[in-house]
Amino acid sequence: MSNLDALYQEIILEHNRRPRNYRVMEGADRVVKGHNPLCGDALTLWLKLEGDRVIDASFQGSGCAISRASASMMTEAVKGKTRPEAEALFTRVHDLVTGKLDVDADPAAKKTLGSLRALGGVARFPIRVKCASMAWHALRSALGSDESSTNGASEISEEP
Amino acid sequence: MSKVSGGRASRKGRAEKRGTRAASLASRSDFPLLAGSPALHYLDSAATAQKPRAVLDAMRAYYEHDYANPHRGAYTLSVRSTERYHEARERVATFFGVGDTRRLIFTRGTTEGLNLIATAWGTEHVFPGDEIVVTALEHHANFVPWQQLALRQGAKLRICGLTSDGRLDLDALASLLTARTRIVAFNHVSNALGTINPVAEIAAFVRRRAAPDAIVVCDGAQAAPHLRLTLDDLADVDFYAFSGHKMLGPMGIGALVGPVALLERMSPYQMGGDMIEIVGDEETTWNVLPHKFEAGTPNVAGAIGLAAACTYLESLGMDAVRAHERELLQLALQQLATIEGVQLFGPRDLAARSGVVSFTLAGVHPHDIATILDGDGVCVRAGHHCAQPLMRRLDVPATARASFYVYNDERDVEALVAGVEKTKTLFAVAADPSLRSG
Repeated sequence: MSNLDALYQEIILEHNRRPRNYRVMEGADRVVKGHNPLCGDALTLWLKLEGDRVIDASFQGSGCAISRASASMMTEAVKGKTRPEAEALFTRVHDLVTGKLDVDADPAAKKTLGSLRALGGVARFPIRVKCASMAWHALRSALGSDESSTNGASEISEEP
Repeated sequence: MSKVSGGRASRKGRAEKRGTRAASLASRSDFPLLAGSPALHYLDSAATAQKPRAVLDAMRAYYEHDYANPHRGAYTLSVRSTERYHEARERVATFFGVGDTRRLIFTRGTTEGLNLIATAWGTEHVFPGDEIVVTALEHHANFVPWQQLALRQGAKLRICGLTSDGRLDLDALASLLTARTRIVAFNHVSNALGTINPVAEIAAFVRRRAAPDAIVVCDGAQAAPHLRLTLDDLADVDFYAFSGHKMLGPMGIGALVGPVALLERMSPYQMGGDMIEIVGDEETTWNVLPHKFEAGTPNVAGAIGLAAACTYLESLGMDAVRAHERELLQLALQQLATIEGVQLFGPRDLAARSGVVSFTLAGVHPHDIATILDGDGVCVRAGHHCAQPLMRRLDVPATARASFYVYNDERDVEALVAGVEKTKTLFAVAADPSLRSG
């Protein structure tokens, strides 16, 4: 598979065209804004929690196919996950997109990631890693701040 | 290809022009990076230009033969270094039609030149209630320094809007100019759209309507590489700033050209070595122009590289540079316009436009366009082009931008157009379920 084919896999293009959970969420427990100052990509992530579990996730924003597809897939993947499970998934995805994880050599990771493996093509494009990881950093930020009040938006930025 | 001598451009491109295709103006073989990457289509010269060997050789020769700290040593080598620096200033001044080298201050680039004025002039001349006029077409470098100056001094920032095809709205500008206007800052050529502003007319217009001692500041970063300039003739422009790296010179060097009388009255921008005359315990007097504004060890190699770039461009002829870019611009606009879904930004009148094509493709983010083009060796910029106020007014988060220079030819335009077609096809596959593989 060429680098470009690996980046723009069918599933990525499909999520870009028809992003899942692309809506404003009323009564969310967490609202976080993600922003990549380098390219201007921006998203808002909404989460609804029940105890320690994410029961709903949605997003809106503007960005490239990679950032949009990644956010869309993230909102699907994170629903039903507990906070530690979501954190573990973040780590897996982060390792995947930064090229630290070889899914073919790690059956457990392959199973955990499922269709999220499609994001792995980003690893060959260092400048696009942030596009894929922005939504995931937003997720981590949303789950990390216990004290954040309902609908209290906070800004996060990608580190360079 | 023959060896370049004396910094002259080789005219391979010109000779090829007898054919039907638009060849490059300068030979690619003059540019080591391009010569080493035959498949590369470098279309991001508005961000920075590739370097001809003549520039690299001139800088290397300085380091290998004439290098010492200028203005300091009593020894011959330092004197020689000082001479090279002075020669470079004279060379650059001549190229830009500046007769008096005292008014050409070397800077790190356009950004530093503009910040110099905002700090050194602005802090002492802008007061609460005063007004600063900028335009919606500006690069952040000619926007943020004025915005922040206004905030610091309690002045008002007024922003001149645009016409629908990306030109300055001169009626709007007229309504913004008052007796309180202290600074009017605008670019000569827009980095994002390529719009060429009628700088002399605008400056004269401002001169008639603003306060008599208001200053007119022009950001020439995108004009210096592409247009024949005679800055001495731009009587109503007080300050003109440009960068070396966009005009084939090295990064880290540029110049600010200003009026001697004003520069004499202004306080220095930075303090240190070279810019002083006598340093007492209690006070200090300043060196003469232009040194008063060049604190610290100067970028001599950069100035020499910039001077070599001027010589190189002169050998091509700035009128030929402009004509060449216009030819490629026309081709690119014509061909991109035939692709359904492509939206082109900027003036339709080619006479009012530099070799910049800003565009979007329906349903595809500019970053994805740039990545797919990159896969075929086509380098374009994608993003807000350091012009977020403009992007907001165009109502797009970003555009893709291709920009042309002396080493580009028709093949580069063809590669651009083919890449956009390819992008469209790739993204259309996902839109059509019948084409899905599984």
